Formats: sequence, structure tokens, C-alpha cells
Amino acid sequence: MRWLWIDCIVEHEVEKRLVAIKNVSLAEDVLHDHVIDGKPIMPFSLMIEGMAQTAGILVGSTTRFKEKVILAKIAKASLDCDVTASDTVRYDATIERIDDAGASTSGTIDRRVAGGEAWERIGRIELLFSHIDNNLAGTEFPAHNFVFSDNFKMILETAGLADLAD
Amino acid sequence: MSRDDIFEKIQEVLDDALGVDEDEVTPNASLTADLGAESIDFLDIIFRLEKTFDFKISQGELFPENLSENPDWISDGNLSDAGLAMLKERMTHVDFTSIEDGDRNISKIGDLITVNSLVDFVEIKLTG
Repeated sequence: MRWLWIDCIVEHEVEKRLVAIKNVSLAEDVLHDHVIDGKPIMPFSLMIEGMAQTAGILVGSTTRFKEKVILAKIAKASLDCDVTASDTVRYDATIERIDDAGASTSGTIDRRVAGGEAWERIGRIELLFSHIDNNLAGTEFPAHNFVFSDNFKMILETAGLADLAD
Repeated sequence: MSRDDIFEKIQEVLDDALGVDEDEVTPNASLTADLGAESIDFLDIIFRLEKTFDFKISQGELFPENLSENPDWISDGNLSDAGLAMLKERMTHVDFTSIEDGDRNISKIGDLITVNSLVDFVEIKLTG
């Protein structure tokens, strides 16, 4: 079972932009292990992973998930406030540049508190992905695509985007 | 754009890509040996140069790639005469003088890419 840090895809502009939602819940053990001043806080590292999964699906979709897309570098990451249980997080990822070797993406993180309607911009993340079969170092990897598993396909199916992986 | 302007923009690119201070980005600083660049940083630098200077960079145009795939270019882990001739022809922005009669181990080739190399590369690209 792969740890997924997004719940669903809510917007997709082909080869350009993908938006995903994460509902933060006290049912997640990790929040109980990350309590600051008595408040369970979503670790920023896992929010970076959430953005990496959002942007990674976007980058992978450009080749119909035939390429192995690996997070290679966190170029920039900033977060202005904490996220806690009952908050909803929105990851909005855009491809800045893509070629055979890899892709760079920029993204924003928004938060909506329980009962609220407004989204608040709370962070920005820039990532670099490698198409590892074309990596600049020339390192070889296994032939099968171990990146985009059935769990990722489930997310695509629930968003009505299953045809992206055909 | 003057050479000084190019250098200043490259300082910013390397500051963003490698997290180094601008005063570390001296003309003769090697990207790998002095500034700590790794292979994935080269891709980051290529993307940032394209955005900053508004041109496209083809694979293998700025940095040597996949040299070891061609046995004519690499022999026993060292760059052959044919490999060196190929690189000199393809990468006119790099000074290969130091390896012509010295250590040609493939691991040392990346050290030849200096800040000056990047400035030369951009200058050549901008002037066509």
C-alpha cells in the first residue's frame, strides 16, 4: 500500500495544471505523532509529498504514465501557517518546463478551515522531476514502471480521468 | 546584453538552483567541485537559464551527457582522443586545456564546467 497524501483530483488542464484536495483528519496516526503546543499539526514534509504527488501525476499524465517520474529536487518550499485536523488543503500544480530529461513545476498551497468557505493562500512549492530513464547521469533503472501504481490509477478513476492512463 | 549583465543573471540562477551565495559564484568556480552541483542540478540550471534568457537548450548542448554509452568516447573510464575531439567540437563554451595532457577520468569532466563556461555559453546563444 502506498501512502497517498491527496484525496482527490478536482481540476485538470491537459499538460498544464492539476489541482488536488487533501482533507486532514484526526484519524491519521501521523497527526498524533506531530503535536505542537497541544495542537495536532500536519507535517510540512507530508504537504510537500502531497504537492509532489499532485505535480507528479500532472507530469506523468503528459506521457500517459509511460515514463517513470521521480521527485528529484525540492527547489523551494515555504509555508506561512500550520495546518491541523479538520482543515482542507488544496494543491495547485503547474508545469513550468518539461522535456525528455524531466520537468519543473510550481505550485501553491491553499487552506480552508472547517465551516469556512474562503481559501487562504498559505504556501508555495517549486519541484523538479526526473524522467529517470533519461537521467543526465546515465543511471539505469528497472524496466517496469514502479512509480505509477494501482493506487494512483484509483485516484485517476475517482476523478473521471482513467483514460489518461490508457 | 553585456557580459557583465549575463554574469549577474547567472549568479542569480546559481543562487536559486544551488542555494549558494552570490559571492561564491566567481568566474572560475567549478559548478561541481566548488559549488556542489549534482547531476539533477544541471537539469534545474538548464530550465532556469532557458527561462531567464528566453532560449531553448537541447539535451547535451550545455553539459556532456551519456558519454559512457559510446565506447569510442570512453575507454577504461577515461575520455578517449575521439571523445575529447567530439566534446571540443560540440561544447565550444568549455575550456578543455587542463585535461588534454592530464587526468581524463570521466568523473573529472564535470569539473570543467565553470561559471565562465555558462557565461560563454549564454553569450554564444544570444549572439547566434
